[in-house]
Amino acid sequence: MDFPLTGETARWLALPIGMIFGVLLHRGGVADYNVIVNQFRLRDFTVLKIMFTAIIVGGLGVLALHAAGHATYHIKPTNLLGVVLGAALFGVGMVLYGYCPGTGIAAVATGSLHAVVGVVGMLVGGILYALSFSWVEAHIQKIGAFGNVRLPDATGVPDAVWFVLLIAIAAGVFWWLETRFKPSPESDAT
Amino acid sequence: MVNLTTTDERPSATTCGCGGNGNSQTRATQPLEKTRGRWNAYVVGAGLGVLSWIAFAVVDDPLGISTSLSAAAGACAVPVLGSDGVAQNPYWAKNAFVWNYGMLFLVGTFLGSLASVLTSRTFKVEAVPTAWAQRFGGGAGRRLLAAFLGGIVIMYGARMAGGCTSGHGISGSLQLALSSWVFFLTLFAAGVATAALLFRKQPKQ
Repeated sequence: MDFPLTGETARWLALPIGMIFGVLLHRGGVADYNVIVNQFRLRDFTVLKIMFTAIIVGGLGVLALHAAGHATYHIKPTNLLGVVLGAALFGVGMVLYGYCPGTGIAAVATGSLHAVVGVVGMLVGGILYALSFSWVEAHIQKIGAFGNVRLPDATGVPDAVWFVLLIAIAAGVFWWLETRFKPSPESDAT
Repeated sequence: MVNLTTTDERPSATTCGCGGNGNSQTRATQPLEKTRGRWNAYVVGAGLGVLSWIAFAVVDDPLGISTSLSAAAGACAVPVLGSDGVAQNPYWAKNAFVWNYGMLFLVGTFLGSLASVLTSRTFKVEAVPTAWAQRFGGGAGRRLLAAFLGGIVIMYGARMAGGCTSGHGISGSLQLALSSWVFFLTLFAAGVATAALLFRKQPKQ
């Protein structure tokens, strides 16, 4: 069998892969409003632990797969103004909503009514973006457009060095979180 | 089979000046049944990393949510804008609602979470979560309004940035994409600032 799979087989694999994703989000605790919000209040670092571990484990594997010719990179364009503005809005929205798009979907299954209302909000947000798309493309996305760049290309620092750096940062932060970090006393919501 | 405990989470008991209530930490305001069955965060992160290997090598489609969600928004806009209006929109022309890989992935995410909720018996109807109730009280109206507005803002931002916590935050960052690291760091800074404002200490009454 040739990988990557294409056509119908690949399409239907979305269900089991998506299901594993949903199980991991829920079991990881990030389908819980309190966990997400308390990350941004710097009281519960579950979100960062999960994301950083995923980035390092996933990144090393995908790097190896890519080197062996078994994976293609999918790099999103750096339209600097759009990415910065969008990410800033995303951060504000994530604290207000208490979920992100994926964890919001996962939270609907937990019985969270506010997650359901937020999904409706996200659909409205998607409609508003589509309606303003031409304007945003013309006026925002062209500013600071550097193309589909990877950090190694942009800096000349090779992949391996980036991963050593990421692992060193993660190891330090995780060690500190597990041995030294005490949530502030009033953080009774874990 | 579903454990529908109706623990009253409203803040009558929790908005106290919690200084002197002398309760041990086991009196978590987070109801125990909700955290049951959780896995270690590093194990879950590693699991998502391995899942990314599969997503890249087997189906050549990195984990992501917001592209499909905004395509679904197009389907939801049909009653208002008409199917022609949606089809002619330059965004939905590129990202139309179809039952493609991404849309099925969205369905899978929901089903997987549901399976996990049912097997851990943690289903619980919740309108106002604990951390919100402690700061803003137990009224459902305010919480639902915030969730709705937050949903609008997060999705608009995700589309402007070109991805969300999955597509940029995990899939993009693990490929060392410049855009994704800019996204990750900006999102985190904006979120911490917003949380500091939103959850700032209330003056003592």
